[in-house]
Amino acid sequence: MTAFRAVALAIVKGFLRDKMSMFFAVVFPLMFLVLFGGVFNYESSPKIDLVEVGDVALVDGLSAGAKDAFDQTFAVTHAASLDAAVATVRKGDADAAIEMSGDTLVAHYTQTDQVKAAITQGTLDAFVNGANQDASGQPPRYTFRTERVEDKSLKAIQFVTPGLLGWAVAMSAAFGAAATLQGWRNSKLLRRLQLSPVSARTVVSARVVVTVLIALLQMAIFVGLGMSAFGLQLTGSWWMAIPLLVAGTLSFMSLGLLAGALAKTQEGAVNLANFLVLPMAFLSGSFFPLEGSPDWLQIVSKLMPLRHLNDGMLDVMVRGQGPGAALAPIGILLAFAAVVTLIAVRLFRWEAD
Amino acid sequence: MSAVAGEAAIEVLGLAKRYGDLVAVDDVSFTVGTGEFFGILGPNGAGKTTTLEMIEGLRRPDEGEVRLLGEPTWPRNPRLLPRIGVQLQASAFFERLTAREQIRTFAALYDVGPTRADEWLEQVGLTEKAGTRTEKLSGGQLQRLAIACALVHDPEVVFLDEPTAAIDPQARRNLWDLLRSLNDAGRTVVLTTHYMDEAEALCDRVAIMDRGRVLQLDSPAALVRGLDAPVRISVAPQLLPVEDAERITGVEAVEHDGSAVVLTTRVPSTVLTRLAELEVLEGLAVKAATLEDVFLDLTGREYRA
Repeated sequence: MTAFRAVALAIVKGFLRDKMSMFFAVVFPLMFLVLFGGVFNYESSPKIDLVEVGDVALVDGLSAGAKDAFDQTFAVTHAASLDAAVATVRKGDADAAIEMSGDTLVAHYTQTDQVKAAITQGTLDAFVNGANQDASGQPPRYTFRTERVEDKSLKAIQFVTPGLLGWAVAMSAAFGAAATLQGWRNSKLLRRLQLSPVSARTVVSARVVVTVLIALLQMAIFVGLGMSAFGLQLTGSWWMAIPLLVAGTLSFMSLGLLAGALAKTQEGAVNLANFLVLPMAFLSGSFFPLEGSPDWLQIVSKLMPLRHLNDGMLDVMVRGQGPGAALAPIGILLAFAAVVTLIAVRLFRWEAD
Repeated sequence: MSAVAGEAAIEVLGLAKRYGDLVAVDDVSFTVGTGEFFGILGPNGAGKTTTLEMIEGLRRPDEGEVRLLGEPTWPRNPRLLPRIGVQLQASAFFERLTAREQIRTFAALYDVGPTRADEWLEQVGLTEKAGTRTEKLSGGQLQRLAIACALVHDPEVVFLDEPTAAIDPQARRNLWDLLRSLNDAGRTVVLTTHYMDEAEALCDRVAIMDRGRVLQLDSPAALVRGLDAPVRISVAPQLLPVEDAERITGVEAVEHDGSAVVLTTRVPSTVLTRLAELEVLEGLAVKAATLEDVFLDLTGREYRA
């Protein structure tokens, strides 16, 4: 236990002090998260800019609930004269101007943005009807209620968080394993450890445990930032992402071991790991959805462990699937890890030639 | 725990290792006594490291047998490992750890506490560098740390593979003092080196290796004595003319090489007494045969490390 803790601690310190691997494991993927989260977050339509001319009795007289609904749709400013208000609309600084002409609500709007024009028209009409109905003093005969249906296409942040997290974990697990194996072999540290009473199992499990902890830390950072800054919402069985990440970490470590076994230098091992991970990230939908991609790409994509990790995490973290949805991906990832590790062990050499 | 004095710590019998057509080690046999400081000396590629690694149990011998503290070393023998300490040629350290963290990590591998580790750091004179990462240590400091890491669990046998390679002459001399103290406590030390002077200065016995074979094995003094090589005495030329030198009893040859008159003799005491009588001792230098001459005698070629 002392030996396990000592080796694990040595690996943790080595990782935290390695600016490059910290950058690629945490900062670099977070940059993408901020980029994607920030850029694509304007999907929820912004408010319609509305200019009120003078007092608009209809709006002023709205009940509290109706006023809230009104304010959610419109950002209201005021203008002294109709001419000034229309000029603002004409310049494109506002979407519509409204005024009361006796009991008639008059709206002046542009057709530049047809969606906004339609929303303006429809919403104002609804408010007028509502006001008429209130004025009649009769309870409404028909009522209207909305029920939201979860769209299959997700909001950007919902989609990119699991994908980028998968990519980040793939990078740090593969690089960590490749660099450790190659570096320790070149410095003869592997030999040195072989001549100490520590078993290979202790050394390997220390490396695996540290890499898994790093993956879980990455998850905490990604999900934390996604939720606090970009409105990420996790669904019911998100915790199944933890065993998914553990299985994913094992399969990316096996890729790193393979790279470390094949390459002759530490730089070579890291480059080879990069060469494996980056295309895999693209083909696994870490950066953009693969729904519309051709069949052959789908087939290639299904050969990548990252694709299964991403799919599994999307299902449990944001698509609201039950915990069972993660089981198949976990099985595939573990099988992949086992096969690639076997290959890596066959190619393994104790020291550089 | 510790073996009885005089008992063999290491027995090597008919050890051989081939890499394809290359015979790296060829029928090597020797015994190292408990508490002995044993050197394996030879030029690069002589098979020193391969021999050492077979004794340590890192490599499987093609032929022959190794017994270390009475036990076989191949396959990996976990019972034996806490009783031996190794320093490998390259600097085998964890990445980006400080000197103190390195030795504490190695100590923990042997279940040795941090206090003991810090004491060893002190003993090899690295306390001031304790907070420095190994990547920033000099060659000599790295070797000191590697030696401390090899000794932190107080092993009975220590293997040092070229501990003074690739460090400057001054640091090398400083390291000798440390190395000399290693077998004070009855510990057995096995060291490989390609420096003749190092083997002479440190080792109780030296095995001279070349091309995978042990050519000679004895104490450095005995090896040189066995050579029956003449002693060369240089005298300032203005003090002793060549013709006077030639008349001294016991002098076999006299050369005048410009800066000195060099007398060759096999009876240096007689010649030196006569030189003292002639009062020509100022600036005198005596050069006895060295292991280098032994190597030349054994192989017929100059020693090139």
